Amino acid sequence: MAKWMSVAQVKEQIEESSAEEVISGYLEVIKKSKINGYITVSEKAIEQAKKIDDEGQDGLLAGVPIAIKDNISVKGLPNSCGSRILEGYIPPFNAHVVEKLLVAGAVILGKTNMDEFAMGSSTETSYFGPTANPWDLERVPGGSSGGSAAVIAAGEAPLALGSDTGGSVRCPAAFCGVVGLKPTYGVVSRYGVVAYANSLEQVGPLANNVADIAILMDVIAGYDRRDSTSIDRKMAYQKALVNDVKGLKIGIPKEFFGEGIHPDVEKAVWNSIHKYEGLGATWEEVSMPNIKYALASYYIIAMSEASSNLARFDGTRYGFRNNGENWNAMVSKTRAEGFGTEVKRRILLGTYALSAGYHDKYYLKALKVRTLVKQDFDRALAKIDLLMAPTMPNPAFKIGEKIEDPLTLYLSDVNTCPINLAGVPSISISCGFTDGLPIGLQIIGRPFEELTVLRAAYTFEQITDYHTKRPLEVA
Amino acid sequence: MITKEDVEHIGWLARIDINEQEKVEFMEKLNSVLEYFGQLDELPTEHIIPTYHVAEIYNVFREDVIEECLPQEIVLANTEYKEEGTFRVPKIG
Repeated sequence: MAKWMSVAQVKEQIEESSAEEVISGYLEVIKKSKINGYITVSEKAIEQAKKIDDEGQDGLLAGVPIAIKDNISVKGLPNSCGSRILEGYIPPFNAHVVEKLLVAGAVILGKTNMDEFAMGSSTETSYFGPTANPWDLERVPGGSSGGSAAVIAAGEAPLALGSDTGGSVRCPAAFCGVVGLKPTYGVVSRYGVVAYANSLEQVGPLANNVADIAILMDVIAGYDRRDSTSIDRKMAYQKALVNDVKGLKIGIPKEFFGEGIHPDVEKAVWNSIHKYEGLGATWEEVSMPNIKYALASYYIIAMSEASSNLARFDGTRYGFRNNGENWNAMVSKTRAEGFGTEVKRRILLGTYALSAGYHDKYYLKALKVRTLVKQDFDRALAKIDLLMAPTMPNPAFKIGEKIEDPLTLYLSDVNTCPINLAGVPSISISCGFTDGLPIGLQIIGRPFEELTVLRAAYTFEQITDYHTKRPLEVA
Repeated sequence: MITKEDVEHIGWLARIDINEQEKVEFMEKLNSVLEYFGQLDELPTEHIIPTYHVAEIYNVFREDVIEECLPQEIVLANTEYKEEGTFRVPKIG
């Protein structure tokens, strides 16, 4: 069995043998893993595959394996969020996206490693230890959905789900040389996804190629009344798989090519833009003057929302509990030992930003800046169809290199977090390499225009072979 | 600038115990992040309307009908601290 397969190839393989055989093949690969991509491997995967073989399921993903980020609830599998505080917690229900996957016949391989509560860009803050980048085992896979991206790059799953609050699907997609999409806010239900910053985050698909992203979107997108921010704007995403960008107007926001960008990253992105030009698209530089304030605004909002969302982890109903002489002592000790340092930092900063006397200076100010950032996107996308920029200004960094200085780590989200403030769709695809490390091209579209984003990404894949390159370290 | 005492107070508000050594560490790291946040002050925003979310949906209602919910034993299955169908916690005061 080939190690890296597309959904179509997996289906062919199932035709020739069985879902059971394909799933066992993946479980064998996972057993030999060098990357620590999974927190939990499902013991029910084989059983699920057998059932699909026996019943002759004909869903869009019948028998196709998928890895799920460990903050997306799968009934009966632990859902740790990469944290000690959820020790022993088993969700009694499925997230909306998981329900959809099961109806489509997908087989859940396991739950993937992540930064604790999705707070990070390197998967180093996980209670279960860091995940390694398959392209260089000494480097981070990006984060926070680092496990999801790394298992695809390592051939340990053909598909995965992540969540993207400020770049958490696109950053690891770029660092691991895979494809990752953050859909428009509201297109995919967040029901059953553990909230970090709920006004910013979306569940997003990761895969080896754009066609598989479209298939996965066809399965997971759609209205769900259990998420009050769910919007009924589902499309037929596979219709976007058309090899044509003629007449597309591309905007290049110069603010995304700021100080500190790696020269090879800049070069690879410009090469890509010229490839699009060669295919009949046009490009122009656009200015988005408020982008430089997006990172501060993003972090204030994300931390503020986190301080509220994570208040529910108090040791009362599930997970880890530390004993104390009274209620407050029990909760304070539980949270002191249950949360890691970065999570505590963000809760503390968020609590401060929302507290009396500082609310207007930080939280309200950040929300107003969010308006200005969104207006920058509205203005730019009114006259052009897509924006293109580097996903990450630099390739994957070394494990341990940035973890001691939170601000340095936050700054690596500079090109991804503005997209979440505006709620627009954005994909990261592989567009080159530097010293053997993948480089990500970010393609950003108008709200609900995932089809244009996917079409541009798909067309790029037809004339390049970056997405077919595989890491030798794990081969 | 926030002080060690501020860190202690925020820790209390957030119900996270912080020891002496952590107070100093948090103070330093939090201050460096807050200093970065300070750059927003240079942007005039007096007449700008805040954006809480971008979904452009406001009130979401449903019919007020009783729906099935998780059974009590399943809700209680994730903790050992329970008694007579309730969660058991230490006294409040």
